[in-house]
Order: sequence, then C-alpha cells, then structure tokens
Amino acid sequence: MNSGWNNEIASEIFPMVLEGFWTVLKVTAVAGLIAVLLGLALAIVGRIAPTPVRRPISGFMQFVRNTPLLVQVLFVWYATSLYINPEWSAFAVGSVVLGVHYASYTSESYRAGIEAIPLGQWEAATALSLPTHRTWFTVILPQMMLRSTAAVANWIIAMFKEVPVLFAIGVIEMIAEVKQYQGQHYTGALEGYTLAGLLFLAASYPVAVMMRRLENRLAKSHF
Amino acid sequence: MDWSRVIDSLPSYANPLLVTIQVTVAAAALALVVAFTLGLATSSRHLAVRTPARAFVELIRGSSVVVQLFWFAFAMPILFGIQFDYAIVVGVVALALNYGAYSSEIVRGAIAAVPKSQWEACTALGFTTIQKMRLVVIPQAWPEMIPSLCAFAIMLLKASSLVSMIGIADITFRASILGGEAGQNPLPHLTVILVIYFVLAWLIWTGMRALERRAKRGIGVDAKPVKGHLTPAVAAKGVG
Repeated sequence: MNSGWNNEIASEIFPMVLEGFWTVLKVTAVAGLIAVLLGLALAIVGRIAPTPVRRPISGFMQFVRNTPLLVQVLFVWYATSLYINPEWSAFAVGSVVLGVHYASYTSESYRAGIEAIPLGQWEAATALSLPTHRTWFTVILPQMMLRSTAAVANWIIAMFKEVPVLFAIGVIEMIAEVKQYQGQHYTGALEGYTLAGLLFLAASYPVAVMMRRLENRLAKSHF
Repeated sequence: MDWSRVIDSLPSYANPLLVTIQVTVAAAALALVVAFTLGLATSSRHLAVRTPARAFVELIRGSSVVVQLFWFAFAMPILFGIQFDYAIVVGVVALALNYGAYSSEIVRGAIAAVPKSQWEACTALGFTTIQKMRLVVIPQAWPEMIPSLCAFAIMLLKASSLVSMIGIADITFRASILGGEAGQNPLPHLTVILVIYFVLAWLIWTGMRALERRAKRGIGVDAKPVKGHLTPAVAAKGVG
C-alpha cells in the first residue's frame, strides 16, 4: 500500500467515479420522482381517507421511517428475486425502495404544509360550494406547495446522498467503482473515496444553498 | 419461510445487538459533543471561530455519510498513516461527525431563538460568557433542541446499520451472514432485525419524550402533548 495522494491514480480513477456518479444521478431522478409524487399522494390520502384506510398506511410509513434503509433495500431485493421476478434489476428495485423510504419523509413535509393552511381557506371553499377537486387543486395544493417545496427539496438532497447505500445490492455506483478499481490495482482508496465525497459536495451544496435562500424568503413573506 | 431455524439462531443475535447499541450510543454521545462545539462555534461573534466551523459543517453536510464511512475506513489510513485499532471506532467517529454536523444546526438555531432580552439581562447583571451560557441560554435552548435531536438520534440508529458495510459485526451484518448460509432464506432474518430496529427507535423516542418533559419542567414550561408520531419534528422540516 503506497502512502499519500497520487495524481496519476486520481486521474485514472476519476472517470470511473464519474460514471458511478452518473448512476447516482439516475437513481436520484427515479427515486426523487417517486418520493415527490407518492409523498403527495400519501399526504392527501392522510387527509381525506377514512380511518380504517389511513391507520394502516400511516403505521406502515412510520415503520418505514424508523427502520434502516439498508435493511429495507436488502429485504425487498431478496423478496423480489425469490418470490416475484429474479430478473428485476438492482437499479429498479433500489430506486423504488429509496423512493418509498423518502416518501415517508416528504409526506410529513406535505402534511405540515397542508396543516399550516388557515382553517378559513377550507371554510371559504365550503362557503363557495367548490367541488372537492377544485378545493384541492385551486385552493389547498398551491398554498401547500409554497410552504412545502423547500422541505421536500431538502429531503431529495438527503436522499441523493444516501444513494450509495444501494451498493449493498450491487448497483454500480461510486463505491462499487472504487472497489472495482481497487480489485484490479490494489490501490486508489484514498483518491477514489475523496473524489466521490467531493463530487457529492459539488453537486449538493449549490442546491442546498438555493433551498436555504428560498426558505428564508418564504419565512419573510406572510406565511 | 422456515421460522424455526430463525428462532434457534436468535441467541446469536445477542452480541451483534450489543454492537449496534454500542455504536449508536457512543456515536450519539460523541455527536452531541460535536454538535455543541460546532453549534457554539458557528454562533460565535468572532469570524476566526465562525468561518472554520461553518466550513467544516458544510463540508460534512455536503457529502454522503456512506462515502464518509468508507473514507474514514479506507482512505484516512493511507492519507495520515494512522489507523484505529478497532473498526468500530471508525464507524463511531464517522457517524458522530456526520450527525454532529447536522445537529449543530439545531443547536445554533435553538441558541439564536433565545430572546434577545435574556442576553441583555445577562449583560446587565455582569455575567461572564460562561455564566451566561451555563445559567441562562443553554437551559432555555436545550428543551427546544430535544425533539429535533431525538429525530437525529433515530436517524443515527438507522445509519448505524451502515457500519456492517465496513465489516463491523452488528445485527445487519449478522443477518446477512445467517441469511447467506446455504439453504437459508434471508427474509426471516431481515424481518427480525427490522423489528429490532423499530423497537430501538421507539425506545429512543420514548426516552427523549421523558427527557423533554423533564427539561421543560426544569424551566417551568409545560411540554406540549405530541401526537403518537415518531420523528415528526424533523420530518416536516427536512434536513438538507
């Protein structure tokens, strides 16, 4: 094992890490879409569904929120390959589990956004006898979006940083790429993991700063 | 699924469970120290204190906890030529730095939320900075931090499963080994540890609720009843 940073290894390993990073971005896009849409659906269901439907869903989501993503990913991976379809790719299964895991968080952000809407808005919608879908789509959801967007975006950033967990089921992301390089060359851990960390930083920091600005602006407005 | 073999193997989960608890508790304790150090440093008036602390927090928060874990386990020994004697220390340090950096924002926010008049009263009474913090600011900020710190403690518990990836024999590691044996179905084993994690999360939540009630009573505030939801405080706000 050599010691210290080696530029040659770094430039050799960088394209591999970058390829892993591309996979991370693709997973983030798929899982992010699931987290955003499923979270919204869960928040609305939590508001309008009768208790016998709501209770089990909220209980399940609480279980999802309070157990490790890694174990959930392994569980669903083995469950699908043993009982459903062994052909399903680690990419697809991993993205779905990641998306559902984070939907359990985003749904809470949406829920808080809905609860923060003054009661008067609901009453006004009733007084105008707006149909339910109009109440939701023209009154409630636009106001909720304003309040929840920054929080949901923060969860997506957090999710993005947890994609490497999928390494456990064989998604070829950055850690897998570094391991692969190490397997061939017996070196590159320092350069590989450092570059992977820096890539995450470079991608997530600007978005995080933007979201903080947005939060501050919304906090200063009337909400 | 063959549950009888799983039930027979339950006693072998005892030591790994102890490892999971050790990692979580040690990392949480260290994270609390990191959070207060960084939280106080980032709320400092002095630029020379604030800037490096801020940079460190952003550096840690900006990248991934998984990558950091691998970095501490495999890159740091090459860079500095130092290696911890036990892999478990690597896990604890990596998790503590990550969750400490996140929680430092909670500490900073809670300190900033203590009313200005309290600070001014301290100045009027001629308190030293240490007295001000110890007697007035921290006792009022602390109960406000607890719900968010509780959410982070549960996230830390969940993240403790990641240490199995660097070869530490926690319950996730144990379940993977047992589930991977020939003729074994991994699903019952994974179910067992999912339940264990959920129970541990519930224990943290219950303990933190009790702590919050005590801390609020200490400064004469009634703890608001919270609906039976685990981790709503941070869940609603997000952690970017």
